[in-house]
Amino acid sequence: MLSYIAKRLLLLVPLLLGITLISFVVIHLAPGEPTDLQTQLNPQASSELQERLRSQYGLDQPLYIQYGRWLSRLIQLDFGESFATDRRPVLDKVLERLPVTILLNLLSIILILTVSVPLGILSAIQRNSGFDRTTTVLVFTGFAMPSFWLALLLMDWFGVRLGLLPISGLKSLGYEYLSWGGQLLDRISHLVLPVFVSAIGGLAGFSRYMRSNMLEVIRQDYILTARAKGLSERTVIYKHALRNALLPVITILGLSVPGLIGGSVIFETIFAIPGMGKLFYDGVMMRDYPLIMGILVMGAVLTLLGNLLADICYALADPRIRQNQRGGGSS
Amino acid sequence: MIMILMIKKTIYLLLISLMSLFVSACNNSNEDNHPGVVEALTPEFGDTFIEASIGDASTLLPVLASDSASSSINSMIYNGLVRYDKDLQIEGELAQSWDISDDNLTITFYLKKGVTWHDGTPFTSADVEFNYRLYIDPKTPTSYAESFKQVTGVEAPDPYTFIVHYDKPYAPALISWAMSIHPKHLLSGVDITKSPLARKPVGTGPYKFVEWVGGEKIVLESNPDYFEGQPHIKRVVYRIIPDISTQFLELQTGSLDFMGLSPLQFDRQTDTSAFKRLYNKYRYLSFGYTYLGYNLNRPLFQDKRVRQALSYAINKQELIDGVLLGYGSVATGPYKPDTWVYNSAVPKYSYNPEKARLLLAEAGWRDTDDNGILDKDGKELSFTIVTNQGNDLRSKTGEIIQRRFKEVGVAVKLRIIEWATFLKEFINPGNFDATILAWTGGPEPDQFNIWHSSKTGPRELNFIGFKNREVDNLLEEGRRVFDLQQRKVYYDRLQEILAEEQPYTFLYVGEALPAVSKRFRGVEAAPAGIRYNFNQWFVPQAEQKYSR
Repeated sequence: MLSYIAKRLLLLVPLLLGITLISFVVIHLAPGEPTDLQTQLNPQASSELQERLRSQYGLDQPLYIQYGRWLSRLIQLDFGESFATDRRPVLDKVLERLPVTILLNLLSIILILTVSVPLGILSAIQRNSGFDRTTTVLVFTGFAMPSFWLALLLMDWFGVRLGLLPISGLKSLGYEYLSWGGQLLDRISHLVLPVFVSAIGGLAGFSRYMRSNMLEVIRQDYILTARAKGLSERTVIYKHALRNALLPVITILGLSVPGLIGGSVIFETIFAIPGMGKLFYDGVMMRDYPLIMGILVMGAVLTLLGNLLADICYALADPRIRQNQRGGGSS
Repeated sequence: MIMILMIKKTIYLLLISLMSLFVSACNNSNEDNHPGVVEALTPEFGDTFIEASIGDASTLLPVLASDSASSSINSMIYNGLVRYDKDLQIEGELAQSWDISDDNLTITFYLKKGVTWHDGTPFTSADVEFNYRLYIDPKTPTSYAESFKQVTGVEAPDPYTFIVHYDKPYAPALISWAMSIHPKHLLSGVDITKSPLARKPVGTGPYKFVEWVGGEKIVLESNPDYFEGQPHIKRVVYRIIPDISTQFLELQTGSLDFMGLSPLQFDRQTDTSAFKRLYNKYRYLSFGYTYLGYNLNRPLFQDKRVRQALSYAINKQELIDGVLLGYGSVATGPYKPDTWVYNSAVPKYSYNPEKARLLLAEAGWRDTDDNGILDKDGKELSFTIVTNQGNDLRSKTGEIIQRRFKEVGVAVKLRIIEWATFLKEFINPGNFDATILAWTGGPEPDQFNIWHSSKTGPRELNFIGFKNREVDNLLEEGRRVFDLQQRKVYYDRLQEILAEEQPYTFLYVGEALPAVSKRFRGVEAAPAGIRYNFNQWFVPQAEQKYSR
């Protein structure tokens, strides 16, 4: 097992290199440079300034030299400085946004799991019942709903009309002066709508996934065997079937590791939450190469690690996979 | 996605970026607000003013900042030597007074005494001298060096006198000293791009920096030692809310005290009694105009008659009604209709499709194959208008123009392109037929960079390639004269030529449509907008909302 993990980790290195190389080339293919955006159509900026900025940023060098420089800094875990006018280290900018992004995504994953797992199981057991049909309709409606539209509706309803929840942001203005309990309540009330809106899409997909998994398992021979043994329906479903149906959840959780630091521009913009999605989007619009590359690398590393982690957990949870892995890796 | 892309990029289109936020002028039309009886209240201190910005500030060092969020915060933290007053006349800020020598080559500023930086250090002429060197230092990546490059020498003979020399008279010289002054004692010998002041500024202005939570908010507090007296409003909070719809929802709950409304919001969505109870609405013409610019290097647009015809084919009032819901004025030239430099005697090109057809026929364009599109020498009269993505007003304007052009037999395609690509692939290489863009200006009428033939190079502002010897002369002379009456002679002629030549079809000037919470008293619209006297705004004790 250990040698398997070591091998997988080693394989990640060339993969990561390839990812950075392709990303680097692709973002430089996008027309426009950060310096254009800072100096263009500004009557006071001379073309000298533009040249000066280009050499300060190293943009006057050939692409392979730029890549080499960037890579050698990256190896020392230095993500470089942003090209935005503030020129702050990329790492600082990312770290500033990371906690709230992770918090939101974690809450949203927890919400998705706690709601969609039971929902999927119940729909599967009572297949084609009224309950199943109703949840199917609701779930697909949620899935099809544009999140920005839903967000605005909820903000208007709960924020403006009912005045129950704050509309945007993470904290109220007088947050610092609230009591401990007041602060907690304030934070929670600000998170209700964003977490709900960001979870709604995943909720739909995941509960359908859970339902079909469960249906698949129920049809298996060993469930028939369990029933034939005379076990109660309860034991059959919750002990024998459920444990197997939950296996793919591991994969999903593994895949959602990179999602923890990713954000959605759309709802971050609407809820005025300073998260990673908006940071990345603004970076792309400004052609802030170091920032874009920094976030892409972090995302890539987490995706690869998440995959690896999912594989390992899978092996631990499922003896059948452990057997097969003697020979080589799985994807 | 669409909503996000609506976030605008006009911030780069600063014509004279100097204080562009504070100099938007005004025609005093003040909508259904202000009780008939003027309240006689003594100003009281306290309360918090909350406004929203769609983008976070980039840096709080004014010399490096070029975005509107940073500029509006910097303007409260820093001062210049001079500024525009409510009627757009130049008045002293850090300068008590000044003398201009008879040959117009030397300005002597007498600085105010007793001014201190927010950290208590006295402000002196050494700071001003340092700033001059900072702005022109080649290592400083600033967009504001140009006007200081006209300076040939500076002197600081004593702590309260500062002398600037020019080798040629330069009319925009005085107002160029409205540029923010940075503290020498904190920046001297420091790499400006690495200074911690970018995130923790120290100025001389009415408000002191308190905190900056990235992507969330910036908080300022009134400066008790401000040399013009402590501002009445204790705190100013800029919340970063990137979505306009969200800002508007926040406004409706009363969580924002100020917001610039869109014409749609102003006209249709704020007519509720709940809104009127909370806010006063104001409207006034903003500096800046939207235009359709023709690439004069294209053979099609080299014939003046074609450009004139196209101007006649556009119904400008229809654009204002359709796109701005009526909140704007027809533009006839590069200056705002209510300023001293505006020449009202130029041809206005009011909508006249007959005349447009006539002019096109004169230029040889006829519909020989009866397909509704004019042609000449076997080529159809068709071209493409490009504009940038994310500005809804411009794309709508393009669509309306497209239809009007079709009516006179001109086929037009409209292309909307992401901003960076738009600049790189279309504007820079001159690879476009016509473009819809806007210039944001200020009270200073010098437009050398936009119209002078020396400014047609790559990445320069005369990207339509306008070259006119007389205009060159007028622009050169206009910036050498200080007397407004004399200057007006040059700029009147400039406007006549531009009207005749129609290198742009000047389309419209929009209105600023701010809403301000009714708690705030002392708000008064003037040619300089409404924010010029912000330090005098106050909230009566009984209505104060935030105690801390």
